[in-house]
Amino acid sequence: MRSILKASIAAFGLAAMTIGGTSASGQALSGDLKIFLDTSNPAPRATMEAVIARFQAEHPDLNIETTVIDREEYKTQIRNFLTANPPDVATWYAANRMRPYVDAGLFEDVSDLWNEPEIAENLASTKGAMTIDGKQWGVPYTYYQWGVYYRKDIYEELGLNEAANWDEFKANCEAILASGRKCFTIGTKFLWTAGGWFDYLNMRTNGFDFHMQLAGGEISWEDDRVKQTFANWRELIDMGGFIDNHQTYSWQEALPFMVNGDAVHYLMGNFSVAPLRDAGLTDDQLDFYQFPVITPGVALSEDAPTDTFHIPANAANKEAAREFLRFVVSAAEQTEINNGNNLGQLPVNAMSSVDDDKFLNEGFAMLSTNSPGGVAQFWDRDAPAEMAKVSMEGFQEFMAKPDNLDRILAKLERARQRIYK
Amino acid sequence: MSESSLQDVRAVNGGGSWFHRNQIAITPWLFLAPGVLFFIFYVISPIFQSFNVSLYEWDGLGEAEYIGLQNYQDLYWEFVDRDAFFVSLKNNVIWLFLYLLAIPAGLMIALFLNQNVWGIRLYKSLFFFPFVISQVVVGLVFTWFYDPTFGLLNTIIGWVGLGPINVLGDERFVTYGIIAAGLWPQTAYCMILYLTGLNAVDPEQVEAGRLDGARGWKMLWHVIIPQLKPATFIAFVVTIIGALRSFDLISIMTQGGPFGSSRVLAFYMFEVALSEYGFRMGYGAAIAVVLFLIMLCFIAYFLWSMWKEERGAR
Repeated sequence: MRSILKASIAAFGLAAMTIGGTSASGQALSGDLKIFLDTSNPAPRATMEAVIARFQAEHPDLNIETTVIDREEYKTQIRNFLTANPPDVATWYAANRMRPYVDAGLFEDVSDLWNEPEIAENLASTKGAMTIDGKQWGVPYTYYQWGVYYRKDIYEELGLNEAANWDEFKANCEAILASGRKCFTIGTKFLWTAGGWFDYLNMRTNGFDFHMQLAGGEISWEDDRVKQTFANWRELIDMGGFIDNHQTYSWQEALPFMVNGDAVHYLMGNFSVAPLRDAGLTDDQLDFYQFPVITPGVALSEDAPTDTFHIPANAANKEAAREFLRFVVSAAEQTEINNGNNLGQLPVNAMSSVDDDKFLNEGFAMLSTNSPGGVAQFWDRDAPAEMAKVSMEGFQEFMAKPDNLDRILAKLERARQRIYK
Repeated sequence: MSESSLQDVRAVNGGGSWFHRNQIAITPWLFLAPGVLFFIFYVISPIFQSFNVSLYEWDGLGEAEYIGLQNYQDLYWEFVDRDAFFVSLKNNVIWLFLYLLAIPAGLMIALFLNQNVWGIRLYKSLFFFPFVISQVVVGLVFTWFYDPTFGLLNTIIGWVGLGPINVLGDERFVTYGIIAAGLWPQTAYCMILYLTGLNAVDPEQVEAGRLDGARGWKMLWHVIIPQLKPATFIAFVVTIIGALRSFDLISIMTQGGPFGSSRVLAFYMFEVALSEYGFRMGYGAAIAVVLFLIMLCFIAYFLWSMWKEERGAR
């Protein structure tokens, strides 16, 4: 462990020197650089402030002003500040989630950055998520895998194995229910957690391309293939696999069920590992596997939401902003900010190294080698905002009242015809 | 010297300029002007702006597209289909009726507390306490109270052998659960209004009523309540306004859920136009217009009754 740490520090120092070399060759940056961040949770906030401090050290003449806005607040405030009082750099999310601002001409086209070899070669895997209308509108700075997090100790107690297909998945669930526990914890109060379930069930049932066509409004919600996804979902619901009253809980409030051993699985993003560890679960108790195959022959695809940096179109100091974007995606910075002490997620730069953490390693391997179907962002980032809202409400209702499915799908179909036009 | 300055003063008073001749008539308008300007700018003009925006399809960022009454047509279809708009409207009506319970409840508590025993001021303050704490705190306290696994409510009904109920997770109970939370501070507010009203009750009339043999309910109904009419009117106004503004509790306790069944119009408007996924400014404005029309009925009634009162007083 110690030697790895030393090695990564050495690598970091080396890379920092090369970066220092390249930027020294360009002209020195000056003026003001206003950065708006939505990284309001303690660890991400400290990470970002450290990144900015390192950037400042390289550009001492630059006057950097950082504003951190609460993550949920940010989602509504971005509309106001992009039009009225734009910063030079702002955080946001990839894929369709950036479309309203791209369409309104509020994000700067940064395709020039993506033509630079440094970025073009090393960030190729996320290029698609940053592209709208053939241009790139920002750079990613982190992403993370989704998957089935589970209580390894309970699996061992019940003599279960990680499920590789749908039948095993259901059989595991039956065994867990028979032992008096619930199969899955989930809190759907804020809806998006149900969107994660839909993502996986639909991608496993009908494949990535179908899923993306559905998100793009090309397929009817009353299509039989969509109904098949819900039929699969219903098998788990009818079994009583999900915790009761999930519609009352946030995702954090659903964590204790897993910690106390009342529920065994959590389909979640990797950010759930930190609070589970904080609550006292050790790596011997907690493990992770890829969501199992449902329809044999459908290529596996994954959710890997990407968080991004953008330059508002009305920014004052775009030159410094571009330099900051280059800095954030550089291999060394990516290694540093995504390591276990900071964000604890996956670096977007192919040249950076993944921190030595079992979940990050497994997740990285899964996304890079075992996701041939494609990588989705997340339901509420791939589908347009309005459709995401209506549909996730429908998913929540379906999970609580599966008998209403026909009415829910009819409602979603009406919404589709209005939203996509 | 002094004579000439006197003449100057007279010249000013009877002076030639229009302003000086009409000073008395103009002055009140000048004093009113700042208030009137702000009222026009911040209250009246946004009403007309909302009407205007509701005729457009607009995401709040790009170009607005004129679509006529399309938004209202969509609302109509949502109503017919018993979709979100219907649910919100229905909940608004439930709120309006049930929230009025705060008035009799406040009156009962006020009558109960309107006595002279040792420490009554402390009791009064304790009953008034819920109105002092923020709505956010009220919402959180009730959310925990209703919690299906750890909440006090389920512990209590468990003692009498009733099964656990998930008040905020069940679309049949959720609105009533939130209204109950809202009634807690609102009752305290009505109570304080009635307590001050009760101080103004004429003891001689009470005495006269007692001589005529009125007591108990008769006394309350025929002697006390008529004298509390001004307090009742104010309590009615603030309760109606409170019911129509029932946004904060819903936002804190359920976010409009589960599956949108606790929404009211104000929250639906916010969700559609301004929330994380909301980009339909025109549609939100159309909901706001509907909400405004509902409020207009009450505003008209209030203005009319106040006007009647004024005329009666003259």
